[in-house]
Amino acid sequence: MDNRQKEINNLKDYKYGFSTDIENIQAPKGLNEDVIKFISNIKKEPVWMLEFRLKAFERFKVLKEPDWQKPKFPKIDYQNLYYYSAPKSMKDKPKSLDELDPKLLETYKKLGIPLQEQARLNGIAVDAVFDSVSVATTFKDELTKQGIIFCPISEAIQNHPELVKKYLGSVIPTSDHFFATLNSAVFTDGSFVYIPEGVRCPMELSTYFRINASNTGQFERTLIIADKGSYVSYLEGCTAPMRDENQLHAANVELIALDDAEIKYSTVQNWYPGDKDGKGGIYNFVTKRGLCKGKNSKISWTQVETGSAITWKYPSCILKGDNSVGEFYSIAITNNHQKADTGTKMIHLGKNTKSKIISKGISAGSSDMTYRGLVDISSKAKNSNNYTQCDSLLMGNKCGAHTVPYIKNKNSESNIAHEATTSKISEEQLHYCQQRGLNPEEAVGLIVNGFCKEVLQQLPMEFAVEAQKLVGISLEGSVG
Amino acid sequence: MKEQLQKDFDNSIKNLSLSQKDIEIKKFCLDNFIDKGFPNRKDEDWKFSDLNQIIKKNIGELSFYNDQASTNKVDTSVFVDGLEHNKIVFINGRIEKIDFEYEKKDQIEIIDQSETINEFKNSNSLSDLNNAFTNKCFKILVKKGYQLIKPLIIYHTTNSKIWSKNINLRLNFELDKDSSLRLIDLFNDTSQKNFLNIFYNFELNENAVLKNYKVDKFENKNIKYSFNNIDQDKNSISETFILSSGSNFSKNEINCNLNGVYASAFVNGVFSLNNEKHHEIRSIINHLTENTKSYQLIKSVLDENSKAVYQGKIFVNSEAQKTDGYQLSKALLLNKESEFNAKPELEIYADDVKCSHGSASGSLNEDSIFYLMSRGLSYQQSRELLINGFLLDVVEKITDSEIKNLIKNMIGIKE
Repeated sequence: MDNRQKEINNLKDYKYGFSTDIENIQAPKGLNEDVIKFISNIKKEPVWMLEFRLKAFERFKVLKEPDWQKPKFPKIDYQNLYYYSAPKSMKDKPKSLDELDPKLLETYKKLGIPLQEQARLNGIAVDAVFDSVSVATTFKDELTKQGIIFCPISEAIQNHPELVKKYLGSVIPTSDHFFATLNSAVFTDGSFVYIPEGVRCPMELSTYFRINASNTGQFERTLIIADKGSYVSYLEGCTAPMRDENQLHAANVELIALDDAEIKYSTVQNWYPGDKDGKGGIYNFVTKRGLCKGKNSKISWTQVETGSAITWKYPSCILKGDNSVGEFYSIAITNNHQKADTGTKMIHLGKNTKSKIISKGISAGSSDMTYRGLVDISSKAKNSNNYTQCDSLLMGNKCGAHTVPYIKNKNSESNIAHEATTSKISEEQLHYCQQRGLNPEEAVGLIVNGFCKEVLQQLPMEFAVEAQKLVGISLEGSVG
Repeated sequence: MKEQLQKDFDNSIKNLSLSQKDIEIKKFCLDNFIDKGFPNRKDEDWKFSDLNQIIKKNIGELSFYNDQASTNKVDTSVFVDGLEHNKIVFINGRIEKIDFEYEKKDQIEIIDQSETINEFKNSNSLSDLNNAFTNKCFKILVKKGYQLIKPLIIYHTTNSKIWSKNINLRLNFELDKDSSLRLIDLFNDTSQKNFLNIFYNFELNENAVLKNYKVDKFENKNIKYSFNNIDQDKNSISETFILSSGSNFSKNEINCNLNGVYASAFVNGVFSLNNEKHHEIRSIINHLTENTKSYQLIKSVLDENSKAVYQGKIFVNSEAQKTDGYQLSKALLLNKESEFNAKPELEIYADDVKCSHGSASGSLNEDSIFYLMSRGLSYQQSRELLINGFLLDVVEKITDSEIKNLIKNMIGIKE
């Protein structure tokens, strides 16, 4: 009960005074119980939610930052961060596209993103031409008709506490690893999706359509529940570079698939990777985990990782239900000084479970890429199957590509197959393309796209086109 | 354990005529070991095999002092028949015999290094243990251009005189230019509940050829750890074959540094396990310069609750262009409770390389069994035939035909 408490109390008063401008409030720097209470309070959360956060924080206090990963980074001072920082006020935002970095605009042009979208992506005040609110609401009506719940998680905590209470933390418990626990304690917002029994979601859900979606903080929390026999495809991320100042991005994503349900989760991540000398950029330490809870359920992860200074994530599937299926398709591209340590975990618990891992890693410049994965078939997972393929492509002799798979087979009736190769783009391939009129950069883009095709095919149509272009752009300057 | 270590260390030191400085070094190693203890699951390299637990469970309290004064009678019945060979005989960790009867005496030099300190550099605590307690250490030098006429068999024999003991062995080999050595390590234990900690260091100069076959075939209740460090110069070849079968627990580590151009390393291994055994092979191949090659093939047949682990790493540094690295591990799980863990690792910093690895594990293919049975074989015969064929693949990789036949006979593999 010191000055800080007083400060917070003042802030609370402030909040009530200017309720319309609530989003300008920033929590005091640092991490302690008061800050967590502050976040919970500002979100008007029920008591159980606050307890959830505090429990996680208790656990966080005894945890140590892990250090086994390949990319090393300077120690993060967790007391020197803001854990609740609402969107910047309109004043700080660029007023028109003219004020934007011309380089950024050039990238947009290459990606073929329409002008309005460009504006929206940068949080420029929405004008009459592009009414995102109405667009969003049209979709919302359609979804509500089917009984689908799709809203920010803070809203879901208010309106659907029974669902959130039941499933939040059921896949990533508050007692999980360091960053996941930190997220459990301080998460600010994220998406919540519930697909009722037997419903096939009529469209690809995406943060793109969600109002209030932009500028969600660095600690996002996403919870997707697919009830019996339902299907949903969820797209995450944005296909244009985000000039985000945040250094640490520690999100948690939980997927739960009940009997016969299917969840398809696609990510195209292109956060700010830092400059050419490796200064700045996002640390993308995300925990993504899916639970195939019911029988015949399926979870499929697709990711295209081209951004971030350090990407450190392992989207995983826990195949608990009998006959459940887990899939992981990944493209990770690192250039300049970027580093990635990514892969997946497939944990087979149920009978007749199947999993498939296709990972493509491309490293260029002075970057470093690691595929790290676990396939664990438990003794009860009779008749299970796994197939893993991870290929790496190296461009230049300053970069590194590593493969660290952990393979555990405890069941004699199950099969695991793992293959990995490392190679480079051959002179012949380049020569062949250039002979036919492509410049070296285009040729590399073409060859790399061919290398990644198996994964790109898994992306929803609109995403695939953009991702393909992104692959080319990420490798710019890595040839010659 | 600490008091025991201190006491046994003091006893061991007494019998050696070491300089004060050497004692200091040994003491330093001992302190390191006391500090770290036996490797456990928290060490990444021991993730799948917690030696600390295994020793606790199978042996309990170990003692470290070995009385080197009393000699043991060499039991000639353990010698391999039908193959003329040179011998080194270890009985309970004591060298009883070194015999190069088939070779030119002036071409091989046996250097006693017991009185000097040969610190073995390795990151795990077992090298510290070895450094602290080895009391006899020999270096075998094969001179320039000499190729041994007959293979050398090292007999590692233990008998029932020892119990709950830790035995530390150290041997150094140097193969000078254009020389070659065929070396078989044959384990023959009639003892129980001992921990063998064996370190070999090989230095291969230009064009040298080393073929090392480690055969642990006979059933025993001992725990073994063996570490081979191989440094290879230009054009040298090393071939390592491991038959891992007899001991209760065994871990073989191969660390191979390909320092010279066109050097190549081959590591082949067979796990044939039953009866709750737990074996591991860990190989690290460091490609440190251009145009080097490595090839690894590991096959496991696992029955009766046994567990096999393979950790293989191919490291390619940024100068090692044109590296060719290959690694394959396959496992057959014959029994519900058997387990196979693999960690095939690639760490690559050069772009013009060809590196790949594969790993597969599963049960016997029912279709194949059906195929054979439909041709008149019984279920048991079909199974044996398939397992035979599965393992034959690795044994066929042995380049020395004499030794290949010897090992085939030992395992009982038919062609």
